[in-house]
Amino acid sequence: MSAVNATPENLSTILSGEDIVPTYKTAAVAAPARRTPLLETDFGKRFIEGLGDFLKAVAPPLLGILLFAALWSLIANTNKSIPGPVETWASAVELFSDPFYDNGPNDKGIGWNILNSLYRVGLGFGAAAAIGIPLGFMIGRFQFLNQMMSPIISILRPVSPLAWLPIGLLVLQKAEPASIWVIFISSIWPMVLNTAAGVQRIPQDYMNVARVLNLSELKVFTRILFPAVLPYVLTGVRLSIGVAWLVIVAAEMLTGGVGIGFWVWDEWNNLNVAHIIIAIFVVGIVGLLLEQGLMLLAKRFSYE
Amino acid sequence: MQSYVQIENASMVFSTKKGKFTALTDVNLNVNQGEFIALIGHSGCGKSTLLNLVAGLLDATDGVLLLANKEIKGPGPERGVVFQNHSLLPWLTAFENVYLAVEKVFGGSETKAQLKARTSAVLELVGLTHAANKLPGEISGGMKQRVGIARALAMEPKVLLLDEPFGALDALTRAHLQDELMKIVAATKSTVIMVTHDVDEAVLLSDRIVMMTNGPAATIGEILSVDLPRPRERLQLAHDPKYHELRSQVLEFLYSRQMRPKEAA
Repeated sequence: MSAVNATPENLSTILSGEDIVPTYKTAAVAAPARRTPLLETDFGKRFIEGLGDFLKAVAPPLLGILLFAALWSLIANTNKSIPGPVETWASAVELFSDPFYDNGPNDKGIGWNILNSLYRVGLGFGAAAAIGIPLGFMIGRFQFLNQMMSPIISILRPVSPLAWLPIGLLVLQKAEPASIWVIFISSIWPMVLNTAAGVQRIPQDYMNVARVLNLSELKVFTRILFPAVLPYVLTGVRLSIGVAWLVIVAAEMLTGGVGIGFWVWDEWNNLNVAHIIIAIFVVGIVGLLLEQGLMLLAKRFSYE
Repeated sequence: MQSYVQIENASMVFSTKKGKFTALTDVNLNVNQGEFIALIGHSGCGKSTLLNLVAGLLDATDGVLLLANKEIKGPGPERGVVFQNHSLLPWLTAFENVYLAVEKVFGGSETKAQLKARTSAVLELVGLTHAANKLPGEISGGMKQRVGIARALAMEPKVLLLDEPFGALDALTRAHLQDELMKIVAATKSTVIMVTHDVDEAVLLSDRIVMMTNGPAATIGEILSVDLPRPRERLQLAHDPKYHELRSQVLEFLYSRQMRPKEAA
């Protein structure tokens, strides 16, 4: 028997090596009856155990999703203007069957809208990282700069992201750079603050090592500051990307163009509620993926 | 013979939020080349502060510290420090931690291959060749401390400064590392100043024991010469009346004349 012929039924016996080492089974047993029942083999036992663990891990979230869908159906049943899960699913299948069509600037596939939004977030967030992380390092390293910047940051940080939009429109004249500006200004703070906190929390021991060895500023940065602060930087980056993705939908609703936020607004004008609900899920899932991706990155760089 | 390390009228006053705190006052100590000095005293007596003054991590508010007739200003690799809690960089392997020091001190004059050979040699000296490529998180506390010692030794310092190097280790590991340190110091003829709160460690390892009075405003109370012949053997010393005599002199100083401030009050 080769693995090529494996089916779910015989896979277990292949893997358990049952027919590779037919030792204690006597030849008297007829060929078709040679198998021990699937679930009594080692593999079967492990399979049941694994299945149990799997169910334990999957059941609670699955239950949550089911409850959510039930509640949603209930609401959809009482309020006819809101489509239920089944209807929305059908609409989503249709929508994602052709995500990259292009019927002029006001009618593009969902794929284009997502990519456009990601592009804006990438630009605004990238600029924020390019400025925010070095700024955070400097604020953390120099007490004077820290005291100088602290009142400005304290005042600007709690400002609602969209309050920055008029300034952006005024200075930059166009909607596209204005929305990127909003992303930039609202996602820069977590990176500045976390990086600065990381630098300030470097154990004195490490700095003493640097001093005893008389390391150059460059070596101090590459061998001590940077690796010690990296986990903090990544926390800042993770928070920032969450904020950026949160803000882009609102910014695009106001500025228009191609993007998931504007698409939501457009579908509202078309009264296509199913699409609005789909957009909510799309925004949520893309945000989740962005954050999980950065979590993986952060794990890769944690040294403890 | 000219003293190698000279500490003259050194005082250390810290400015804290509650006002000035005098940690050390009028400390005078001369250390000869190749000598092993133990600083002992109750916690808070400023023995680590004194070590940090020699290391240059702190600047004395008063007085002068000299090493080989040069004033000590700031830290430098000619004074190798082994920190209380090993202070290895957790993102570098044992080898890289030591190499960082080697590269700094000898990078200007030697090739990469020579630097690597130096690093390997010193890791072998502390018996860690097998763990060279492990991260600090992957090795035991005793091994970490040995890497710390290797890093300090690798710089071929004029003075080796040890700040309670074995304080955080269990008794057996500590004894083992003490024996190793004795061998290494004998082989490298290092000048050593070690802070400790362990009386046996002080008597076993040092040539002179500097006993410090209680803080604040601590100073040197008494200096005891340990004229036990070297090489010293832990087991033989256990039956040596001279060893017990020295040991009780230190205990006498610590627990009779310098009661802990709390207990005295």
